[in-house]
Amino acid sequence: TVAKQTTEWLETASHSLFVCSQQKELTSKKRDEFEDILEERRLSSDLRYAMKCYTPVIYKGLSPCKPNDIKSAVLQSEQVQYVIKQLAKEVGESPDIIQEEATEILDEMGHSMQLGAVRFFAFTLSKIFKRLFQRVCVNEEGMQRLQHAIQEHPVVLLPSHRSYVDFLMLSYLLYTYDLALPVIAAGIFLGMKIVGELLRRAGAFFMRRSFGGNRLYWAVFAEYVKTMLRSGYAPIEFFLEGTRSRTAKTLTPKFGLLSIVMEPFFKREVFDTYLVPISISYERILEESLYAYELLGVPKPKESTSGLLKARRILSDNFGTIHIYVGQPVSLRTLASGRISRCPYNLVPRHLPQKPSEDIQEFVSDVAYKMELLQIENMVLSPWVLVAAVLLQNLPAMDFELLLEKTLWLKGLTQIFGGFIEWPDNLCAKKAVLSGLTLHSNIAHLVDGQVVLNDRVEDGAIGEIVFKRALAILMCATYRNQLLNVFVRPSLVAVALQMTHSFRKEEVYSCFSFLRDVFSDEFIFFPGISLKDFEEGCFLLTKCDAIQTSQQEIYPTDKGSVIVSFLSAVFRPFVEGYQLIFRYLSKETREAFTEKQFIPGVRNFVFQLLEKGNTQCYEALSSDMQKNALAALVQLGAVKKKKMSNGFTYNVNQEAVNKILDMFDARVPVQKPVAARL
Amino acid sequence: RQELLKWNGWGYNDSKFIFNKKGQAEFTGKRYRLGGMVLPTFKEWIEKTFGASLEHKTTSRASLNVNDVPPSIVNEEFLQDLRATEISYSQDAEDRVFRAHGHCLHEIFVLREGMFKRIPDIVVWPVCHEDVVKIVELACKHNLCIIPFGGGTSVSSALECPEEEKRTIVSLDTSQMNRILWIDEKNLTACVEAGIVGQDLEKQLAESGFCTGHEPDSMEFSSLGGWVATRASGMKKNIYGNIEDLVIHIKMVTPRGIVEKNCQVPRMSTGPDIHHFIMGSEGTLGVITEVTIKIRPVPEYQKYGSVVFPNFERGVACLREVAKQRCAPASIRLVDNAQFQFGHALKPQVASIFTSFLDGLKKFYITKFKGFDPNVLCVATLLFEGDREKVLQHEKQVYDIATKFGGLAAGEDNGQRGYMLTFVIAYIRDLGLDYYVIGESFETSVPWDRVLDLCRNVKERIVRECKEKGVQFAPLSTCRVTQTYDAGACVYFYFAFNYRGISDPIHVYEQIERAAREEILANGGSLSHHHGVGKLRKHWMKESISDVGLGMLRSVKEYVDPNNIFGNKNLL
Repeated sequence: TVAKQTTEWLETASHSLFVCSQQKELTSKKRDEFEDILEERRLSSDLRYAMKCYTPVIYKGLSPCKPNDIKSAVLQSEQVQYVIKQLAKEVGESPDIIQEEATEILDEMGHSMQLGAVRFFAFTLSKIFKRLFQRVCVNEEGMQRLQHAIQEHPVVLLPSHRSYVDFLMLSYLLYTYDLALPVIAAGIFLGMKIVGELLRRAGAFFMRRSFGGNRLYWAVFAEYVKTMLRSGYAPIEFFLEGTRSRTAKTLTPKFGLLSIVMEPFFKREVFDTYLVPISISYERILEESLYAYELLGVPKPKESTSGLLKARRILSDNFGTIHIYVGQPVSLRTLASGRISRCPYNLVPRHLPQKPSEDIQEFVSDVAYKMELLQIENMVLSPWVLVAAVLLQNLPAMDFELLLEKTLWLKGLTQIFGGFIEWPDNLCAKKAVLSGLTLHSNIAHLVDGQVVLNDRVEDGAIGEIVFKRALAILMCATYRNQLLNVFVRPSLVAVALQMTHSFRKEEVYSCFSFLRDVFSDEFIFFPGISLKDFEEGCFLLTKCDAIQTSQQEIYPTDKGSVIVSFLSAVFRPFVEGYQLIFRYLSKETREAFTEKQFIPGVRNFVFQLLEKGNTQCYEALSSDMQKNALAALVQLGAVKKKKMSNGFTYNVNQEAVNKILDMFDARVPVQKPVAARL
Repeated sequence: RQELLKWNGWGYNDSKFIFNKKGQAEFTGKRYRLGGMVLPTFKEWIEKTFGASLEHKTTSRASLNVNDVPPSIVNEEFLQDLRATEISYSQDAEDRVFRAHGHCLHEIFVLREGMFKRIPDIVVWPVCHEDVVKIVELACKHNLCIIPFGGGTSVSSALECPEEEKRTIVSLDTSQMNRILWIDEKNLTACVEAGIVGQDLEKQLAESGFCTGHEPDSMEFSSLGGWVATRASGMKKNIYGNIEDLVIHIKMVTPRGIVEKNCQVPRMSTGPDIHHFIMGSEGTLGVITEVTIKIRPVPEYQKYGSVVFPNFERGVACLREVAKQRCAPASIRLVDNAQFQFGHALKPQVASIFTSFLDGLKKFYITKFKGFDPNVLCVATLLFEGDREKVLQHEKQVYDIATKFGGLAAGEDNGQRGYMLTFVIAYIRDLGLDYYVIGESFETSVPWDRVLDLCRNVKERIVRECKEKGVQFAPLSTCRVTQTYDAGACVYFYFAFNYRGISDPIHVYEQIERAAREEILANGGSLSHHHGVGKLRKHWMKESISDVGLGMLRSVKEYVDPNNIFGNKNLL
């Protein structure tokens, strides 16, 4: 049996090239040094900086062209013309009218990069960034690698998305380093006339949030992106996460844009394409309170120019340090080698729209997850992230000295787990925590040696108290969440250990695997490697002496119980939150409901429990968690999702939800055929 | 003929590139237009392109070491039977080694520095169809392996003997079957024995005022039977067609008997054309003995030409337009910049100051006045053939199209030199081998819309693979669009690098060539346009023609040759 086991382990180990390469990265993690780019801006003239000689390096195969040339190339392309003709035939209209429509679409989304606008931005952004942020730290080696990559092959920039500042900052950064400004696929700002136009001239192009059904829009958009990519006109930038993560957890990737930018390589229209993961971490997120309101269902202000002007108030605030880590460019050719059958692309003319084959879809998804995991790997964790994690386990108030001690302990643990902590210049722990508290005084403050959450309401009604409290906790959670990406594998092992009350490896593994499935929309897991994730979790726990493992069993060590209970406590809000939401759904009796009906329903349900004091799980109020939990049930088959003319509707299978709930409440052991693989 | 040819390189003994006492390159012999001329810029080009230096020289063995040659193992009973037929044969080592290989790089390398593990045990020279029938019968009787040998110019490892072949290997040399049996002027066909070599065929037909017009680059040495067996393509296929268009009737001797049609007609509808089992069979089914081939009156007038384009993209667009209008001249080729410079380096010393002045002027006009970048521009070479008047008319049509794509006429001389390069390229490889430079050519066919992408990607892949494999100097990686069709083109690549500092250059070379082929396939190109599959490209056959397709070919082989008498292991 040992031999059999070994072969099975080996099989999973060699699951794919992908996983192997990830394993390697895990062991040989060496990160670059940071450099503050604002430092020079504080010393020299912004105007001169904005007017500097700007001659970015360009792709070696570039045939220089203007934005308008690209637009007309797109309109005249076989791809777009084909769709126009098809539509004309179907709708029975003249192709000219549809061509007209296509032109309008292109004008709406197209960018018109102009150096003047770029210089204007360089100037104003210098001013704004200097007021908002203490430092903007960049790994210079990453910039050098990027510079090299841009000359070699078309480049796709894939930054994490936590704030509107992301793409402004990235363009600013590339300008500073004399690199070609990216063209940005952004789904926003359509409502902002003036700023929108300025952004357009700085290279942003816009896509409608949803255009699933509009074939013409899709064709024009896809061709626009691909034309820019093929010609090597400028780096293309978009967000894998699709939208800003309101919770600072990485969102599950969207595949549409990624498959568009990968297609030119599949069709060999380009030799290779570089994908560059970029991790942007904020010590304090500009939109933090906005996000918390939004998660609690208070409508957010529309993105309008006037709204932005009102946001001027925040200009007087301090948002600490930004860390931008430009990852190693990943060659798509290398990723694809041996994975893609070339036949489908050889047998159909390349301009015909073609549904990607199953193995292509799987490949795109794998690449998306891989890139997000690479983003996560290089996300910088500030001391405040540790403080927030500790504080949330000790509400409503905590002794400062104890907080300090715990934070330091957590720092050690995080480092063992491979977290990328930037502890400002050997600052002593006390100063670091204090500076974090100052920066985040809107969340917590220090009174009489006690750190207290800012959740006080003067004589409020019970509802108001709950709301205020939830607001503070959700904001605080946003910072703790940054830690979760690093902790999720060992923590789920810890949770599984506690849930199963068993030391038998296969039982713990099936529970882990179940949790991993349930939380697959909540955290980023590379698809299909549950066992490897489990192994990694166990490995990290062993590394910090929390557990000991044998062939068949896992034991927590004596000193490990602290770690195990801390790790499972970090994830308790998720476990409890999901339990609440599942419980709500198990009572849902409507034949079909929409997401718009589901969210307020579950929110009221949780809110009432909180008011009555029947639960302490404030995070279950987060609409993000609610959506993820629903998506998890859809994936587990307990809820049916149907596409209707006006969006999706859901239908609950009570029995199935109850069964999952039972497993979740640890009333019945998790039983899965997967267990046999161990 | 064997005595005229090099034993360890390409072509005639007396024709080769050398560096003379002044260190200038020179081409010896009188067989080619380039013969006896000094090439003043060639040395510099070699040094610049490969980082090779005249001081670093490798030397091939001066002659074959007979002791290294595997012994000839032939059963005495067979020899007796063979003697009875009075067909001449030889067990001489040199004769056998000469027929143990084609002209792949690794084969030439083995000749220069090592020895083949397996070579034919005996060479036989049938002089007619009946001789072949007797030999095949004997082979069946004694269970021997026959490998047909024509001109020996294969570049697909097709002539290599399978190492694991335990039976006696008979090399069946068709070179003595080289007569034109008859010429039918009414139907414009000629029946020819399959062993005839291209240039002899054309020479003899010319005596009666005819030609076949089939001119593969190897036509000085390759044979009619070889063309049929590999689905050859000729430079002037636009007028005369490829081998499959030229062939009217084939006679082939197989272990099952003789296969042929009952009439010599332009076309027939009698099920799948059995000629198509024979063409491209690469010696796996039998020996082609006689072929009836179309002939044409020798053209009245021939004219070379060339057009310079500002870049490769414009050039390809022009060729595509020419193909679309179906007005391609006898030959039209587009060489990329690197190959243009290669051709330029082969320019002989000019005779007078006046010519060199004219050249300078031309260059000035193109680069300065027209703004062509000498490191980007590319050249199309043209060959027109036919009535004088029609040629001139045709020429104008093609040049008019070229003008629309930014092309400038660049003279006959450039055109002619372009074609010469293809005949002497194999000689240049022998020169390279003396100076640590190894290289090879390979080809593919590809739809029009993918031509540019394929050319760029394959060249880039070669450069990258070289870098990864530790090749110290950037390789020569160049291509030309060498044939045009309605639906696509044939692309031909040259690839060479300096292997100093690499311990196993042939292995590295093969890995890179393999990667290049992978790249071609991924770009929608074919496994081969005219070189064939042999053993070198067998690996990709299944992918190329599907499982079922391969099974179809296998079942033909099983029926025709159940005991694998024709056991060269090509193709399948």
